[in-house]
Amino acid sequence: MTPLAGYLLVAALLFSIGLAGALTRRNAILVLIGIELMLNAANLNLIAFWRYGPHPEALTGMMFAIFSIAVAAAEAAVGLGLVIQIHRHAHTTDLDAMNRMKG
Amino acid sequence: MSFVFYVLAALSVAGALAAVLLKNTVHCALALTVAFAGLALLFLQLDAQFAGFAQILVYIGAVAILVVFAILLTRGSETPKDGIYSRNWPVGLIIATSVFAVLGWAVLHSMSAIPQSTSAVPVVTVLDIGNALMGRYVLPLEIVALLLTAALIGAVIVAMHEKERPK
Repeated sequence: MTPLAGYLLVAALLFSIGLAGALTRRNAILVLIGIELMLNAANLNLIAFWRYGPHPEALTGMMFAIFSIAVAAAEAAVGLGLVIQIHRHAHTTDLDAMNRMKG
Repeated sequence: MSFVFYVLAALSVAGALAAVLLKNTVHCALALTVAFAGLALLFLQLDAQFAGFAQILVYIGAVAILVVFAILLTRGSETPKDGIYSRNWPVGLIIATSVFAVLGWAVLHSMSAIPQSTSAVPVVTVLDIGNALMGRYVLPLEIVALLLTAALIGAVIVAMHEKERPK
């Protein structure tokens, strides 16, 4: 197994764990944690392809990962703000209990 | 495949599994920090020093703290009485398992297409990254700056707005 394949497998495993967390957990914060894990797995793929790709000096994959980290930080801030507001409004973070869109 | 890679991969995967499986939400946030640290070390192992330290700063320094604050503000550490998993968790588990099966199959069956590992370590200094950010990638950088400003203001507005409840 080449090193790149090892990194890709680890990233695939992390992505699946994050997806399982996002799809099965009841707490909205845990769903956000799952989404963060998926974004991180994608970043690992980008960095691994940058490292073992034919042109690492072009910095493309590295830049993509850095911008992805910045966007993920913005996503986490807005998502957790939404969760806090939903908790203030509905007094729960249980996603199964949130079954209506009307306020 | 070095020994260090296996240790770091095991650390990241164990942290991610604990973050998804543990019952107490605070423990989940701490396990998530372990997973982020393992990923940052994997980045360092891949000779991406800048991305590794950015990962430590942004994820361990900011996102993990933000998650802990959100747990505190929503009293999310209380275990719900009807279980931590959603009603239709088997469907989610099946979807995640099949996604992993497809991804793993794709990786393992495209060995010939994957470029062979180059032994040469790419020499990328922070100076190169700064030059690239200020040169070729200056427009994405500005857009990310705008996005971060908008997200900051948006998060504050969303979280702080207290609607007056009619009694």
